[in-house]
Formats: sequence, C-alpha cells, structure tokens
Amino acid sequence: MSADVAPAQGSETVRAGAEQERRNRKARSDRTRAEARLGWYLAGPAFVVMLAVTAYPILQAVYESLFRFRLTAPGEREFVGFGNYAVVLSDGVFWSAMWVTTLIMIVTVLVELVLGFALALVMHRAVTQLRGLLRTAILVPYGIITVVSAFAWFYAFDISSGFINSWFDWVPGIDENLNWFAGQGTSLFVIMASEIWKTTPFISLLLLAGLAQVPGELEEAAKVDGATWWQVLRRVIIPNMKAAIMVAVLFRALDAFRIFDNVFVMTNGANGTEVLSLLAYRQAITRLEIGMGSAISVLLFLCVLGICFIAIKLFKVDLAGARGEK
Amino acid sequence: MLTWYTNPDAGGQERIAGQCTEAADGAYRIEISVLPREASAQREQLARRLAARDASIDLMSLDPPFIPELAEPGFLADVPDDVAERVSEGVVEGALAGATWKDELVTIPFWANTQLLWYRTSVVEEAGLDPEQPFTWDQLIEVAAEQDKLLAVQGTKAESLTVWINALITSAGGDIIVDPEAEASEVELGLDTEEGREAARIIAEIGDRGLGGAGLPTADENASFALFQGDDGSFMVNWPFVWPAMLAAVEAGTLDQEVIDDIGWALYPQVTEGTDARPPYGGINLGVGAFSEHTDLAFEAAECIVDPVHQAEYFASDGNPPSSTEAYEDEAVQEAFPMADLIRASLEQAAPRPQTPYYNEVSAGLQETWHPPSAVDPQTTPARSAELITAVLRGERLL
Repeated sequence: MSADVAPAQGSETVRAGAEQERRNRKARSDRTRAEARLGWYLAGPAFVVMLAVTAYPILQAVYESLFRFRLTAPGEREFVGFGNYAVVLSDGVFWSAMWVTTLIMIVTVLVELVLGFALALVMHRAVTQLRGLLRTAILVPYGIITVVSAFAWFYAFDISSGFINSWFDWVPGIDENLNWFAGQGTSLFVIMASEIWKTTPFISLLLLAGLAQVPGELEEAAKVDGATWWQVLRRVIIPNMKAAIMVAVLFRALDAFRIFDNVFVMTNGANGTEVLSLLAYRQAITRLEIGMGSAISVLLFLCVLGICFIAIKLFKVDLAGARGEK
Repeated sequence: MLTWYTNPDAGGQERIAGQCTEAADGAYRIEISVLPREASAQREQLARRLAARDASIDLMSLDPPFIPELAEPGFLADVPDDVAERVSEGVVEGALAGATWKDELVTIPFWANTQLLWYRTSVVEEAGLDPEQPFTWDQLIEVAAEQDKLLAVQGTKAESLTVWINALITSAGGDIIVDPEAEASEVELGLDTEEGREAARIIAEIGDRGLGGAGLPTADENASFALFQGDDGSFMVNWPFVWPAMLAAVEAGTLDQEVIDDIGWALYPQVTEGTDARPPYGGINLGVGAFSEHTDLAFEAAECIVDPVHQAEYFASDGNPPSSTEAYEDEAVQEAFPMADLIRASLEQAAPRPQTPYYNEVSAGLQETWHPPSAVDPQTTPARSAELITAVLRGERLL
C-alpha cells in the first residue's frame, strides 16, 4: 500500500499510509475473528454432539472403573479406588492380551502399508479408462461389514465346512486335518489375514490421496536427470508424501489396536488369541462386572492416547499437512 | 399386550403364542421378540435389560443355568403359590430342579432337554457290545480306538464344554459346586476331587489319543453331529434335536437312509461301571419379568403356554422334549420320537449344571482351564480350574 505513495508528498502522506496500514491490519483481524466465530458456529453443534457421545461415556467409564460393581447385584456397589486397576495390571491375562493386540497391530499395519502402497501406485498410474473399475474393485473389501467378512473367512478356514484345507493341500503343513482355529499361530494368521484383506483398501485410499499431492514436475525433473524408477520412488515420491503415510499408519494403528470383530467371531479368545477389546467386553458385558470392564476400557483408551502421542510428537505426524492446509 | 422374549427355534413358540392369544379371547395378546442364537448372548441381553428395569419384558424363555443369577437380584416376578402348584404337577424331576432357586419355584418349566448317547449299530455290533446294557466312557474310548473311529463330543471353548464336564463329574458322583447358595467369595468347589480328576482323565484320554478328531478343539453340537454322520462316526453324546435333523436331511437327500438305519440310542454313558450316569439337563423355563406391568396376565399366559398339549406339539414340531410327563403319552410324540421314553427316563436322572448366581464365572473359568481337551491333565487341571474360579469370584483375577 505504502509503495503506491509518491515520495514527493512527504511525511504527512507517510503517516497517513501508516494509519491506513494499521486500519487494514485491524480489518484483517476483524475478518479473521469473524471467520473464527463462523467456524465455531458451524462446527459447534458437531463439537457438542461429539462431547456428548464421546467425552461423557469416557468420563463415566473412568468413574465406574473406581467401583466394584456387578450389574446383577446393584446393592453391593462398593468404592475400591484403583483396586480394579491393580487387579487388571497384575493379571497375566491382561498382559498376554496386550502382547497379542500389539502383535496384531504391528504385523497388520506393516503388511497393509506395503500392500496398500502398491495398490495406490496401481490406482494412480492406471490408464484413465480403467481407473474407475480398478478403484471400485480394490475398495470392495473395505465396503464389507467386518463381522460379515470375519464369518466369511471363518467358514473358509473352518475344518468341517471350509475349502482352504482342500484347495491348499499342496502347501506343506496344510492337510484336511489342519484345524486352523485350534492353535495360537494358525488362529492369529487367519485373524490377521482377514484384517489385512479387509482394511488394505482404506490405507491405499489414504496413500492415493498422498500420491496425488506429489508435484508431477519433481518426478519429471528427476527423470530428466536420469533417476531410475526406484530412485524416483525413494527420493522424490516417498519424501513428498511422508505426511500422508504417517497419517495412514496412525489411523490404521489406532484401528488395529482396537480389533474386536474378527477375534470375537473366529475364536472368541480361545487358544491365546484374546485381545484387549475382547477382554474388556468379557468383563463388562459377559460377566456384567462394570467396574472391572471399565478399568480395562480406560487402560485401552490410555494405550490409544499413547500411540497418538508417540506418532504426533516423535514421528511428527502433521494432521493439518495431510489435509492440504499448509 | 404381552411381550415374550424367546430363544430362536423352528417357529413353535410363535405358534403357541398365537394359540394362547386366541384362547385368551381378548384378555391378552402375546407378541414374540426373538433373542440371539447363543444361550450366553440371550442371558447377556436379558440381564442387562432387567438391570435397567425394562418393563417391556413380560415373559422370557430362560436357559436354566442362568436362572439363579436373575432370581437372586429379584429380576423375576414371584410365582404365585397356586400357579406354582399347578405347573409343578407331573413335571419330570430334572426340570423341576432347574426351575427352582433356594427351594422356591422361580420359573415355570416349559421344555426339558437331555443328552442321549447315539451310536452306530454297526460299530457296536462289531465290538460285540450289548446295547441293552449301559455303556461306559471307557468302553467308548476302547471301541473307537480299536476300530479307528472317532467319538463325537463337544470340545469347543463354549458352554457345551461345561455341559460335558458337568455330566462327567456328576456321573462320577461329584459336584462342581458343593454349596451353590454360598456368597461369591465363599463358594466351595468340588473340582479338585477324585471325581473331578476322573472327569479330567476321560476328557484328556479322548483329547490326547485324538479320538475326537482334529476338529475336537472347535467342535460344538453341530460339528460333532456332522462328524457322527460321517464315515468315522461311532458314538455321539448330543441333544435329541439330531433325530428330526437327520430325518429332514434324508428327506432333502443330503443323508443316506442307511446312515439312519445304522443309528441307535441309549442312556448317557456311565463314568463308573454300574453307577447310573447323570445326563446333562437343559431346556427352557418361562420367567416373568419383575418390572412387567401385567405380571398376573403373564402368569396366566405362561400357564397356557406350558399346557401339556402345547408341549407335545412343540416336541413333535421343533424336537424339544416336554417337561411334562403327560406329554410323552401323546401319540404324535411317540411317532415322531421312537426314543421318547428313553428321553423321559434320561430326564428323570439328569443333573442340572451348578445352580449359582455366579454360573457364568464358573462356566467360563472351566472353559478357560479345560480347553483344549488334549491339554487337560487329570493331576493338575481340576486344581488349576478351582484356583482360577475361586480367585475370579473373589474379584482377584480376570477371565
């Protein structure tokens, strides 16, 4: 603004210019404030709903976890402080569930990341005519309800009704007498395979969005400089979509840590396949021990918070960056 | 309007509801609301609803082991004396015991289930056994091993495993819970006993020697039923629903008539030769919700539902045996179930699963420690399970 002012007009004008500038700044901040207010007006109702449906139950669970309370003995409710937490944390069942949950999370997220990236590349590079069909085909598993896919996988591997044993009997170790759901390793394999099949599309969709953000000129420039395909991928594409990758990993890790449906349907926690969500379910819903179940749920919540914290602080996942706000 | 929460069946309860609505002549109308398929899931839903004082629950079909848990906190309406008197008349012993808690009738016996021993006549003949004599578990094990056949038992980590364990322990003369009415922290278990170890020995032997097949650790009633009908079938312990199911399969062309011709039935096998077995007892009783606004009408409706004529029809249509002895005389029943008299006899000596408000903990604790069958050790498993269940009941361990 002040650049428009001719020097000949002297200090008077300069002062006027400064005044104008100040007014401008004030106007801008007025507008920013108005925008912020509008933002709150628009997001407010959703925010209140979120508080009602998430914050309230979370707080209630924290409160309930301090009591010994059985739903069928309402009169015997008793305050036990952190007693429930002491029982949970000193029980091997909890730690084995924690270990199994972590294992499932790490394995599924790693495999999904690699597969999902490959699928995202395929979708990204596909010729325009094929793109729609390809994307639909890749997304189909994600559109299936988890319980349904869990049952489909369960029946496929089931010893009396499944077809996997007869289709794959040429693989060493697989024969008609292999009972997949009778051992820990084989059960976990099916649980994880089903989880991976089901959610890889999700991760590939997030990665596809990241791929679309990589500037085409950079790739072209690298190619002109004689970079191989692998070099372009490692030095240009991946660094440029790091935010998208980290967000995908974070979302999937949080999801995988709360795995429930597959385990519930396939083994119901038998043969050392108990996971944390199922353990909480068993105490709160099956045993009707609300206090104990709430304590496990709160611990599960803390674990999820911990994963978020690690991802955001240590790996510097930038949620805003991934949304294209910067 | 009365709402009756039923377990899923072949449609028999809905039909009876219609008949009773008609008979009531406008006094009440019964509507069906179907509960989940698994007995444990039915219990979860009912317990949670009743804890929230759900007034929409007028009538419910209850699995007997879960009755004390609902009766203890007063979730079930008191059965009026005159009703109690009328509905206990002519009811088989096991069903009456299952409907009672702390010496009072808290539910109305509807149908009563029991497991029989089903066998392949060809296998029994080859072994030279006399099917008129009671079988023992050791005989079953021996014959299956000798002829390279499989025993169809339920080894999956579910309620059916508890049913098996309970039948073995009670048949040996023991009891899973010595004092069922005790407080949670003082419950005394009869697991780490001679009888408990004998039960563990039988399960371990079947598991160890692979006599239940590779599917044993995941075999429920249906899976073991399929095994029994296959080429390796020899003996099976299972509920009577298998009989109409096999007849239907033959009709549908999915099962050979010769399989049916080869099938025989007997009382549940003995654990100790010469001592009567205590077959499993199951079935459904009718409970009236304590928070219902029309408990009087609900009891009226319940009396109509359990009418012996309805029970007999229900047996013939859905394969669920009556609790009323009178219903067994019905011609249609005798025709549909040639083993009807055996079922009645089995019900008279059947033993219920432990009756305690903490049944779920006891059952889940057993399943946690006695599964898979091949890992059962007669020396350590009973003691380990007793320890776990006691600690869980004291609130010191998770399940």
